[in-house]
Amino acid sequence: MWKKLFAWLDERLGLNDLYKATLDRPEPRGNWWNTLGSASLFLFLLQGATGIFLTVYYTPSPDHAYDSILYIMNDVAFGWLIRGIHHWGSTLMVLVVFIHMLRVFITASYKYPRELTWIIGVGLLLCTLGMGFTGYLLPWNQRAYWATTVATEIAGAVPFIGDFITKALRGGTDLSALTLSRFFSAHIWMLPAVLAGLIGVHIFLIIKHGESAFPDKED
Amino acid sequence: MASHHISRRDFMKLVTFGAGGVIVAGVGIPAIDYLIAPALRKNAAEVWIPLGPLENFEIGKPVLVNFTRSKVNGWERTANSYGVFVVRKSETEVVVFSNICTHLGCRVNWNETVGGYVCPCHDAEFGPDGSIVRGPQPRPLNRYEGDNLKIEDGVVKIFFSEG
Repeated sequence: MWKKLFAWLDERLGLNDLYKATLDRPEPRGNWWNTLGSASLFLFLLQGATGIFLTVYYTPSPDHAYDSILYIMNDVAFGWLIRGIHHWGSTLMVLVVFIHMLRVFITASYKYPRELTWIIGVGLLLCTLGMGFTGYLLPWNQRAYWATTVATEIAGAVPFIGDFITKALRGGTDLSALTLSRFFSAHIWMLPAVLAGLIGVHIFLIIKHGESAFPDKED
Repeated sequence: MASHHISRRDFMKLVTFGAGGVIVAGVGIPAIDYLIAPALRKNAAEVWIPLGPLENFEIGKPVLVNFTRSKVNGWERTANSYGVFVVRKSETEVVVFSNICTHLGCRVNWNETVGGYVCPCHDAEFGPDGSIVRGPQPRPLNRYEGDNLKIEDGVVKIFFSEG
């Protein structure tokens, strides 16, 4: 019965081929350092899931942002767990993505034909940092407020257009309700959309080219 | 060959999907509780609401009396407005109707020309005694009576409860 159902679906969806291409593809000699990309993907999905749950209660307005987070932490069942995973997961994701980049660099896996995979990876790293940057403001506590003040001020150091960048990031000259809502928008819509798209291409390229073998004495 | 040995490959598959299942359940089950937490919360209120001195109400004429109750929902104090129709029957008798339509919860208005209560949402019509005249409503208007209604020192009071 199940076999028949699976065969029916497989014929139409190509499930077996999909499985072979994604999870059963040949690897060079196994190495735990090669798992960091998958770990990054897992963390992205975890952050996505917990983030979606957080938006159920979080309110991106200066009046209520902090109160809604206190509510999540103290009054909602398992709110502390969902927010805790999102909070620590973000730090871990930056760390894992960064080590993943180091490994690719050290094993020279960015070379032909994988240059584009590397460049897209750079985009993914920047997006990940952008997620950390925008997410940091959302609790709207003292630390968040002043960290964003400082960071947007740093962006102002760019020659000629610095002042404009600061204003564009803040949505005005000061940190305000506009800053909070545009950071929220970037955090839950724009950056995740870009991240998801780039991840798709990144994974497609990895499947296409396969994992690079570690360099040996000959290289 | 019915062997109890499991191949390295199958073992890895089992461990991977097993660990994945544990993670999904570990986050997923608390997440369900997280989502439904506000629905499981008790937020009950029971209080006597004074609607004004009986002598101020004209006999036979329904008067809408509004009152506000505030309660904390999540991180915000919400002020809810309620209305009841007070109808003085005689020198000593009074009837109080809730203005909440029994169809889908809109607020009914007293309509002098129709001589009844009319809901603006789906044209439910109730008679002066709160009974169904026509429309989609399943029940007559809720009324405060018996233990939920009293006249104390000449003031009409209703027993308001929710939650």
